[in-house]
Amino acid sequence: MLLIYSNPESWASLSAEQRDDLTRAHQELATELTEQGLLVSSAGLADPITTRTVSIGDDNSRTTTDGPYAEAKEHLAGFYLVECEDIDQAIGYAARMPDAQYVAVEVRPVMDTSGLEM
Amino acid sequence: MSDFELLLREQTPQVLSALVRHYGHFDLAEEAVQEALLAAAQQWPREGVPDNPRGWLIRVGSRRLTDLLRSDTARRRREENAAALSAPEEFVAPGPDIEDLAGRDDTLTLLFLCCHPALSPASQIALTLRAVGGLTTAQIAAAFLVPEATMAQRISRAKRSIKQAGSSFEMPPEAERDARMGAVLHVLYLIFNEGYTASSGDNLHSAELTAEAIRLVRGVRRLLPNDGEVAGLLALMLLTDARRPARTDADGALVPLAEQDRSKWNKDAIVEGEALVTDALSRTQLGPYQVQAAIAAVHGTAERAEDTDWPQIVALYQVLEQISDNPMVRLNHAVAVAMATGPKEGLALLEPLESDGRMKDHHRLEAVRAHLLEMSGDLAGARASYLLAARRTTSVPERDYLQSKADRLGT
Repeated sequence: MLLIYSNPESWASLSAEQRDDLTRAHQELATELTEQGLLVSSAGLADPITTRTVSIGDDNSRTTTDGPYAEAKEHLAGFYLVECEDIDQAIGYAARMPDAQYVAVEVRPVMDTSGLEM
Repeated sequence: MSDFELLLREQTPQVLSALVRHYGHFDLAEEAVQEALLAAAQQWPREGVPDNPRGWLIRVGSRRLTDLLRSDTARRRREENAAALSAPEEFVAPGPDIEDLAGRDDTLTLLFLCCHPALSPASQIALTLRAVGGLTTAQIAAAFLVPEATMAQRISRAKRSIKQAGSSFEMPPEAERDARMGAVLHVLYLIFNEGYTASSGDNLHSAELTAEAIRLVRGVRRLLPNDGEVAGLLALMLLTDARRPARTDADGALVPLAEQDRSKWNKDAIVEGEALVTDALSRTQLGPYQVQAAIAAVHGTAERAEDTDWPQIVALYQVLEQISDNPMVRLNHAVAVAMATGPKEGLALLEPLESDGRMKDHHRLEAVRAHLLEMSGDLAGARASYLLAARRTTSVPERDYLQSKADRLGT
């Protein structure tokens, strides 16, 4: 899982041209990953202002709060789910995202349900 | 799998081989065969199975392929480097020549092509399952939990790569054959593993892959009855798959080998697997699949966990290290040594793995260390290692198992 991080300052500081470049770079990368048969899914995420955090209390009551779960300066801005041979291949794709220059892209292995008896 | 589906799958490599021999164009022929299989799946249940199923599939596949070639020809004319290609004649009914080409021995040629070194393992697997196994893209995508569009791209890209590598539909030259055979067996092993490690209930599509892998290896064995490694791989699959009913409990949690209910093991599979590997060891050239099968047979034939002949397993791992050394083999060797002589000796064998880049952060190294520390009575150390291993694995059932081992050693 390649998680793209951003923050309002970073996004606001981009020129229109840089934003267009960013969009284009992602379109090109997504096309390439699709053609290679590696892309599982990807999405750009809406501004954190639209985030809701859901939690269920001990009494099974649901609480929905506005805003992200952890108040951090950076927020998750988008993701790719890619099937790679190893983490180095994933790191290679993450490094090609302009966001890696602006803030960071996190690479996270995804849990799966397969297992081997010990 | 229904008898009907099995019939179609068994015809797949023969029908595809016949078309490729007759027309060339592996990529388009493969597509045409898929469409013929689909047509059969729709028509035969309604109208009955034709007297000559293979002939029917070849006929329908041929018709579809000539259509594809025509549209492809038009496109190719626009391409500079297109090979000269005349539009094929309308193919009404295949003559005896194409029927004669539907020989069994082309399956191997097909496997070599699907496991071409230009392809990544994931692509080799996908193409093998479709072109030789006769599975649809949708079935393969479901088994590997990726979107169908992704799998479709993976398969067409694999076919393009083969084309670009300029591979013809011929057996590889003698000098390359061993390496290519190794790739074929490895792909079949990976297909098996994908199915075997899928936890029960979560993804039944994956579990079908074990049956498919066994079916494909049986097919290879019919063609190469004297190849020890083919026999060894089939034996390894049978002996491993025999444990499947016991490897998870009712909740889907993993049950370690030592704690499995051996009455649930599939005895027929164990008997067949053991006979296969015994025969191969006695009369063919030794290879890693045979040795791994022999180890599985030692486990499979122990009535109870405490009856396991660990010294024999240690000896077999020593042989395996001689012919196929890798850190996973050395890790398993360390476990066997710990069981045969004691945890201290096993722990000593883990030390060199610490400096192995492939292994040092691997959850299985930490899980083995935890197990051996527990055996040696260092419960605090074992608990820390179980927890670290649980954090490192990306497998939900393995994580749960390791976490439960840590929990049992106190909080």
